[in-house]
Amino acid sequence: MDYLDYVQMTKGQRFVYKLKSFFTGIPRAIVGFFKAIGYFIKKFFVGIGNFFKGYGSRFAKGDAGTKLSYVIMGAGSMMHGQIIKGLIFLATEIGYILFMINFGAKYISKIYTSKLVFLDSLPDATTGYYKRGTAAVGRVVANVQQTLTGTTITNKKTMDNSNEIILFFVLTVLVTVAFLAVYIANTKTAYNTQQLRAQGKKPASFGEEMKTFLDDRFHITLLTLPILLLIIFNILPILFTILMAFTNYDEEHLVPMKLYQWVGMKNFADVFYADAKKSQTFGLILIWTLIWAFFATFSNFILGIIVALMINKKDIKFKGFWRTMFVLTAAIPQFITLLVMRLLLDDKSGAINQAFGTQFPFLTDWARVTIIVVNIWIGVPYTMLISSGLLMNIPEDLYESARIDGANAVQQFTKITFPYIFFVLTPYLITTFVGNINNFNVIFFLTRGGPEDPTTYANGAGKTDLLVTWLYKLTKDQNDFRLAAVIGILVFIICAVGSLITFNMSKASKNEEEFS
Amino acid sequence: MTNTKETTMKSGYAAKRKLTNAIVYVILSVMVLIWIFPIVWLVLQSFNTLDRVSTKLFPEGFTLKHYQTLFTDPNVPYGRWMLNTFVVALFSCIISTLFVLMVSYALSRLRFKSRKKLLNAGLILGMFPGFMSMAATYSIMEIFHLDGQLLALIIVYSSGAGLGYQVAKGFFDTIPRSLDEAARIDGATSNRIFWVIILPLSKPIIVYTALTTFLGPWADYIFVSYFMKDNDQNFTIALGLYQLLDNEHISTYFTTFCAGAVLIAIPITILFIFMQRYYVSGVTGGAVKG
Repeated sequence: MDYLDYVQMTKGQRFVYKLKSFFTGIPRAIVGFFKAIGYFIKKFFVGIGNFFKGYGSRFAKGDAGTKLSYVIMGAGSMMHGQIIKGLIFLATEIGYILFMINFGAKYISKIYTSKLVFLDSLPDATTGYYKRGTAAVGRVVANVQQTLTGTTITNKKTMDNSNEIILFFVLTVLVTVAFLAVYIANTKTAYNTQQLRAQGKKPASFGEEMKTFLDDRFHITLLTLPILLLIIFNILPILFTILMAFTNYDEEHLVPMKLYQWVGMKNFADVFYADAKKSQTFGLILIWTLIWAFFATFSNFILGIIVALMINKKDIKFKGFWRTMFVLTAAIPQFITLLVMRLLLDDKSGAINQAFGTQFPFLTDWARVTIIVVNIWIGVPYTMLISSGLLMNIPEDLYESARIDGANAVQQFTKITFPYIFFVLTPYLITTFVGNINNFNVIFFLTRGGPEDPTTYANGAGKTDLLVTWLYKLTKDQNDFRLAAVIGILVFIICAVGSLITFNMSKASKNEEEFS
Repeated sequence: MTNTKETTMKSGYAAKRKLTNAIVYVILSVMVLIWIFPIVWLVLQSFNTLDRVSTKLFPEGFTLKHYQTLFTDPNVPYGRWMLNTFVVALFSCIISTLFVLMVSYALSRLRFKSRKKLLNAGLILGMFPGFMSMAATYSIMEIFHLDGQLLALIIVYSSGAGLGYQVAKGFFDTIPRSLDEAARIDGATSNRIFWVIILPLSKPIIVYTALTTFLGPWADYIFVSYFMKDNDQNFTIALGLYQLLDNEHISTYFTTFCAGAVLIAIPITILFIFMQRYYVSGVTGGAVKG
């Protein structure tokens, strides 16, 4: 099919064609996804290669000052006349060295091998033995005995804390990465000023350079603080959590009274095959999560459009009134509306069952259906709001010609309205689908993941638990941080792969080669 | 002859249209009743004389005592929870709005080497489940002795603001670049362009960002419940109300919960209805383009 064929089609045919190419495009999008990964890996290594090439050639071509700045940071800048800048570089280097000696080195050395086995609780006052720590397995025992024969520990501060060690290790790594960036900038700037001087120009003064932070380098001024906070309170915890997935940090190894240690891939093996009950639980919850996300997304989507259509129908009066009535449920915080729903629907004490003297098992046997229905109640107003605006954008002549051809209201909806909104809102649908995989509120406030079924589900999971509500319960109630970390990583992979493939699909139609 | 045929056709068409309209009205009314019923029930129950869940759908009597309980019962420090939430919401709103504006201006209007990489990194970071690293964040807070403190909540709510740039960036992308270029020719720096040209044009997006970030803490349960543990003096409204429905409290505080929920829902609902048009353009802004 070439362009000429395409423009000759009627609008309806174009929709069919687009819909068809959307689904036939899926395999290509998957290929594209792996191509993109390959492309990124290639780019990464080429980048590293170029980096060392530049690093070496700058050193070879550099004068004494430039060469010196490879060892003593800022030397080049100072010798080329940029005194203050050079001093800042030098201070950075000294600061980093002091940081490593006094802080970083300790944690880097402890992160590896048996040193990650830390000493935990205070010795018992009467026996002198460690009450809790001795229960730990393997290397922990060895370490505890070792310390017992050594000096007595009187202060809790002197004791190791697994959390702190991993956390500070990650911090040290991040600081080191930042330092390396400054270090490279130092060699680059030394070389650049050297070249400027060779051309007979004068390097920028410190004041002039500071001014560029309001203009050419304004992005640095704007981004530094947000990114710094992001690194400390988002990236650092995420890296820490990923590391947790490789330890045995759970209820039996709680800090600060106990220590945990590396267990390699064991937690992942447990979830996938090694632990029968855990892997069964994970499988069941994963399937339910996907079923839930599918129904929650599309039920809201279709019903929301229908409601919007009804409200926006030409002769319907009081449009503002109808819209506000629906928006009311969206406006009230979800924890309130959902808790109200729970109070109404509860099997025994629920207002509905009490008022009518019935025993409907809304939140036990029927819980999965109830949740999807309640989610319609919660979510339809949002879709209604969003699609209302879009409905007005559909060209009216489409409907007119359809009516002339004798299409009834249902046909108009299935052939015009729905495909139109579907294609315009595809990105929104993707984000909603991912959002529903991560939908905590609806499940947690209605059923808390229940009804629980300890015979089929491990680790406190229930029949309506999604991966994320299970993650929450594992973290908050079960203290099973290692399993929570594994689940978190898997949810990330599911969401990332899913959205990258769909993202690629929408991008593939525009430009196949460009992935950067 | 032809004339009468036309009129009957017309009136038949009109009658059919009236019928469909009537059906639509009926469906809409029934739906609105379903949609509004739980809210009406909540409001009515907040005036009920009982303390526990009523066995009837409608209240047995009328009283305002539960609204009084909210501010007199020492077990329900409702005023304190409100103040906590307000303080947290205010600060995280200010910080987040600033950050969002800074980041989205830089990523939208400025061109620099690592821009694409940052956009990709933001995309990837955004795919981690929000509270996956909750335990890790908590241990960071413990090290700074911030666990159980309101400051920890402010930090948690606003530190991720750098990732919430999509909507504002989409907005900045629509401002014509010729404005920047003209200003640049006149010698304006990027800094000046931000303050003099972009900021005055971005009132809608500032309002949208400020409102969404302000409303966030009022509705969040996950982080408060994990970070505050049992420190009920530092609860926010969501956690405070939630625990009124615990098994041990529900029989004495159910109607108090209703009153508290109504009281907090009123201002938030008004704010949301006020900002709904911003909300729609915020969500569909990217969708329509993509």
